[in-house]
Amino acid sequence: MTVILSQLFTGVSIGAVLLLIALGLALTFGQMNVINMAHGEFIMAGAYTTYVLQGVITDAGLSLLVALPVAFFVSGAMGVALEALLIRRLYARPLDTLLVTWGVSLMLQQLARDLFGAPNVQTRAPELLTGNVTVIDSDGGVDLVLANNRLFILALAVLAVAALTVLLRATPLGRRVRAVVQNRDLAAVSGIPTARVDRTTFFIGSGLAGVAGVALTLLGPIGPTMGTNVIIDAFLVVVAGGIGQLKGSVIVAFVLGVLQSTLEYTTTVSVARVLVFVAIVAFLQWRPQGLFTLRTRSLA
Amino acid sequence: MTLTTDPSAPTSPTPPAAGTRPDRPSWRGWLATPSRSRTAAGFALGALLLFAVAPLALTDFRLSLLARYLCYAMVAVGIGLAWGRGGLLTLGQGVFFGLGGYAMAMHLKLADAGPGNLPDFMVLYGQMDELPLWWRPFANPVFALAATVLLPMAVAAVLGTLVFRRRVRGAYFAILSQALAAALAILLIGQQATTGGTNGLTDIQGFFGYDLDDPINQRMVYFIIAGCLLALLALVRQLMYSRYGELLVAVRDAEERVRFLGYDPANVKLVAYVVAAGMAGLAGALFVPAVGIISPALIGIVPSIGFVIGVAVGGRATLLGPVLGAIAVSWAQTSLSEEFPAAWTYFQGLLFVLVVAFLPGGLASLAGVVRRRSTRTSSGGTG
Repeated sequence: MTVILSQLFTGVSIGAVLLLIALGLALTFGQMNVINMAHGEFIMAGAYTTYVLQGVITDAGLSLLVALPVAFFVSGAMGVALEALLIRRLYARPLDTLLVTWGVSLMLQQLARDLFGAPNVQTRAPELLTGNVTVIDSDGGVDLVLANNRLFILALAVLAVAALTVLLRATPLGRRVRAVVQNRDLAAVSGIPTARVDRTTFFIGSGLAGVAGVALTLLGPIGPTMGTNVIIDAFLVVVAGGIGQLKGSVIVAFVLGVLQSTLEYTTTVSVARVLVFVAIVAFLQWRPQGLFTLRTRSLA
Repeated sequence: MTLTTDPSAPTSPTPPAAGTRPDRPSWRGWLATPSRSRTAAGFALGALLLFAVAPLALTDFRLSLLARYLCYAMVAVGIGLAWGRGGLLTLGQGVFFGLGGYAMAMHLKLADAGPGNLPDFMVLYGQMDELPLWWRPFANPVFALAATVLLPMAVAAVLGTLVFRRRVRGAYFAILSQALAAALAILLIGQQATTGGTNGLTDIQGFFGYDLDDPINQRMVYFIIAGCLLALLALVRQLMYSRYGELLVAVRDAEERVRFLGYDPANVKLVAYVVAAGMAGLAGALFVPAVGIISPALIGIVPSIGFVIGVAVGGRATLLGPVLGAIAVSWAQTSLSEEFPAAWTYFQGLLFVLVVAFLPGGLASLAGVVRRRSTRTSSGGTG
């Protein structure tokens, strides 16, 4: 029993990481149909922000708390710059945004290598997050032990989803964003400044990548290629979740997390990755447009 | 709106703008719409360059580098067909390159080891005493050679059928093909005992009885590669200018209209994707004797997208653009990254950004773009 619970918790915590890295992507992909391959490098920027801040603020807990908003603004600003310089010109060509942003991601990786060196660096985790919580203490059997850093990431993911939901559902900006997602042309003729809404969305989406980067520093080393390692997973979550729907990404992230941890338990890590990919392709046979889709009259 | 919207596509019968002389052949026109005699002349020139000039002018080392570039060019020909003509942006050609390469390398490893012996790395990492079951068929040269092309085609056929039948959208296809490349690389790294892990299959010495250390035999491998590249170009040219080629462009530009005309766009796309996969598989198989190694680092996400950059730079929708682009980009990579490894990465990223964002037709469209610009200024904006 505790084995199942502990596997479930591992799965949920993998899901929380997936959700954090995919959330910003879901927003920009959903609204603007932009495939931002540099999203992984925005995550990397958030992670390096944490690393730099630890050099300034010696207290690990405080620097982590400061890093969350700072990373949000650093990655958000990078996103706005990318949108203004390049993506704005490519709205009619979604596949080309993929290639252009991949070129950008190559340059950002090299920039990280030049600034921080090619080897991975490590941040110190705050003391509070290094321990475990023992939930079930079975005598001699398998205990259910939850790692504090995983719990923190789970809380962060829940918080991010809640904040984004409130933003989209209850604010004027959210109403505009939803209007642009559903029908860009109609929103434009209704007087919504779609270009400005796009830029704000891109800021928020890229900022969320920065927050995800801060969370990833709790789990492993920080390196120039860390963005490439997570970007594929993030895209698979968005594709299987359906475009323009946050709840799709949320459900798919946790399902994939649990699936991944179960498969890793029964096979090996690398075989589990392949099986998850097969599962997603099979799932798309059932729902080609992802779990949830906006109904439109478009034929494409 | 005409059916074709890509400016570099040869099938769009654009009315000649005022001030241009459409009958004057430009080099871009030569690339895009070769007539029968021009094609024959082009092939003769290509064969002359590849078979006579290059072997005489280059040292053995340079020639083996060229052999490597020609393998990349073969992958590029397939990407040009699938992406440039069919609009199928495949970011996972490394998968098919790798399947072909591993199939060939497995056979050569077994041939090097001799009958009954195990390849060296298996003893080293796996402590195995007998060959894994799925390695055994590759001892047969006919099976291995067939597998280098048929295995990638089969994988492409399965994925393509699943994706295209359910009308999974263009961006989704790109992401799925990329995820496949990531999954294969991770799988190969994870199964170190039977695949060699991160190192891949190395130290390949023989090629069907010939010693690969001998420069004469390396030369022979180069000639095989050059011959295969020319054959693939001829095949793709035939495909491009057939009814099927027209249909493929039509699917790229207006898929729903093609569907309403009674064709199944899924089949049209599937053929292009499977043919491109077979070409990448052949390229991978020939890469192994030319370079002597195949490893996950050569087939993962980064090299898979790297294949696309040459095609984008050369001109995705033309026949020769992808080939020349792939050779030029890999040549630039070798010569630049030797001296400035950091600068090369910046340059590669910048090249990608500039070409895709500002010159989507690639260098092949440069002459046309410049001509249109100058026409527009001279004739008062009617171009």
